[in-house]
Amino acid sequence: MSITISNISKSYKEVNALNNISFEVKKGELFGLIGPDGAGKTTLFRILTTLLIADEGEATVAGFDVVNDYKSIRNHVGYMPGRFSLYQDLTVEENLNFFATIFGTTIEENYDLIKDIYVQIEPFKNRRAGKLSGGMKQKLALSCALIHKPKVLFLDEPTTGVDPVSRKEFWEMLKRLQQKGITILVSTPYMDEAALCDRIALIQDGKILEIDTPEEIVKHYPKTLYNVRANKMYELIENLKGYEHQYSVYPFGEFVHYSDTRADFDPEALKQYLEAKKLTDIIIEITEPTIEDTFMELAK
Amino acid sequence: MKRFIGFVKKEFYHIFRDRRSLFILFGMPIAQIMLFGFAITNEINNVDIAVLDHSKDATTQEIINKISASKYFSLKEIIEREVDIESVFKKGKVKAVLVFEKDFSKKFIKENHATVQIITDATDPNTANTISNFTSSILKKYQQELNKDVQIAYQIVPQTRMNYNPELKSVFMFVPGVMTIILMLVSAMMTSISITREKELGTMEILLVSPLKPFQVIVGKVIPYIFLSVINAIVIVLLSIFIFKMPIQGSLFLLGAESVLFIVNALSLGILISTISKTQQTAMMVSLMGLMLPVILLSGFIFPITSMPLPLQLISNIIPAKWFIIILKGIMLKGVGLAYLWKETLILLAMTLFFIGVSIKKYKIRLE
Repeated sequence: MSITISNISKSYKEVNALNNISFEVKKGELFGLIGPDGAGKTTLFRILTTLLIADEGEATVAGFDVVNDYKSIRNHVGYMPGRFSLYQDLTVEENLNFFATIFGTTIEENYDLIKDIYVQIEPFKNRRAGKLSGGMKQKLALSCALIHKPKVLFLDEPTTGVDPVSRKEFWEMLKRLQQKGITILVSTPYMDEAALCDRIALIQDGKILEIDTPEEIVKHYPKTLYNVRANKMYELIENLKGYEHQYSVYPFGEFVHYSDTRADFDPEALKQYLEAKKLTDIIIEITEPTIEDTFMELAK
Repeated sequence: MKRFIGFVKKEFYHIFRDRRSLFILFGMPIAQIMLFGFAITNEINNVDIAVLDHSKDATTQEIINKISASKYFSLKEIIEREVDIESVFKKGKVKAVLVFEKDFSKKFIKENHATVQIITDATDPNTANTISNFTSSILKKYQQELNKDVQIAYQIVPQTRMNYNPELKSVFMFVPGVMTIILMLVSAMMTSISITREKELGTMEILLVSPLKPFQVIVGKVIPYIFLSVINAIVIVLLSIFIFKMPIQGSLFLLGAESVLFIVNALSLGILISTISKTQQTAMMVSLMGLMLPVILLSGFIFPITSMPLPLQLISNIIPAKWFIIILKGIMLKGVGLAYLWKETLILLAMTLFFIGVSIKKYKIRLE
């Protein structure tokens, strides 16, 4: 096991940030921590990276206890905090060099590990880090977190504030790093990214809702889910919410995801109801539940 | 060791890339020493005075000549009536008026007694005092010249000598003070700000999750500022030697060594401040209020400690700057060596060790 967490609890003055959390991450696994802002993801990261001490419970990273062996952990993990935490007044190359030096290594020594990422920012290596775009900042931060070849990589919301193209590239990079045997714990508020992880933990209000592979998690969705569409989105949602048999209604892209309380739900009856409400171009079709749907269901 | 050098290198990048701070760092000592040396001064030079001479005879003329010939006074106006005294003061033209009584010369020779009145503008009490002292001493000197041949029984003639600063130049007094302030400011404030900046920007989080030891981070932060402060100290000493012609009586080596001790003392205070403040702004406020004010007010730099009330005198003992100023004055003006300054040096050393100990103990290896 690369990371073991058992019965961890942590509270700040009034807020209960983490509530009896336990899970394990296997070696070489890409594990996702999925949850909204304020769910306790960052607190958990800080406990695992030895920055905070949990009120209760124990945890180990790469076989070391997070409290007693904190010095060993600091030698073997890479950590990328939620907000951009590199030196803005240093250039790309100077930042990377600095982090290589303080971990007792050099860029050349581990270049193959960061090569895929670094080649993309290398043309800007003499630019100050503060002047990089969001996506490039993330790539630089990832390079800096990787430069010492960590056994475990902690990425706290690495794609927040990054454009969709860079996000996609970023995840492709994570997949490649995983193949090199690095255990990765990544947190994200984006549900679509969850599907790219080996296993995910859904977390909300300091509690774990569910831990499984993304495929299994969506199977836990208890109802049949329908995509509903009509000419007027707002009226559609309002009317669906007013429908007496509705189980859940929320917008999902250009559709509304709808589920019904009845086992013998007939889409045709719903269509007539909506037509009676003067909606046109109505489409109702069965769809696969996504992780977001499951999350919404579990978070109810 | 390589890690440590890498860290120090990074610190130098920060300092040299922040042009504004760098300008303050090196511009401030020069500006301050010039200000204290030239503008803020206790000496009097070319003070404008007026004369109201009721007798207008040879003796008064001679005295007036003597006074206006000195470099301290220049005769601006001769007034004729008592009522004009008020008006020349109100116009702010003169700082003092000399009034000679009627028949000055006659009385002086016949009765051996004549009066001259010195009226000063005491809105600025220090200057008024100095003016009145200077005038009196010129008069006394004149009197002695006249009495050269006459033997008067039972006469006390005080002979004053101003040791260590014979010309009473106030810049000599300010140089040690300004040097103390600047070293304190650069060392304590700059280090505390640079450490809290890492906290504020979140880079401290990454530094903590790295094999760097707290000791390495602290010393790495401090070394560039020791370097800069030493340069500042050298600039101040050079300025005072070459611009203000201040002789350094004692050993330059001892001066350097004591300065480094004080710099390290101030730096450890800076680290201490950074351990208790979360933002750069707090660090700056704490340094300014907590360090600068006591240094200026309670170190004996401007106000003599012996004339403070007892509680303040006691408090002044815990201010490192007080001891450093004693040491500086000793070396620069009196030319004494360690044999006379070992006590102050020891106190400074003990304070330094205490601050370093506390700040290493208080340095957090985690976020809270």
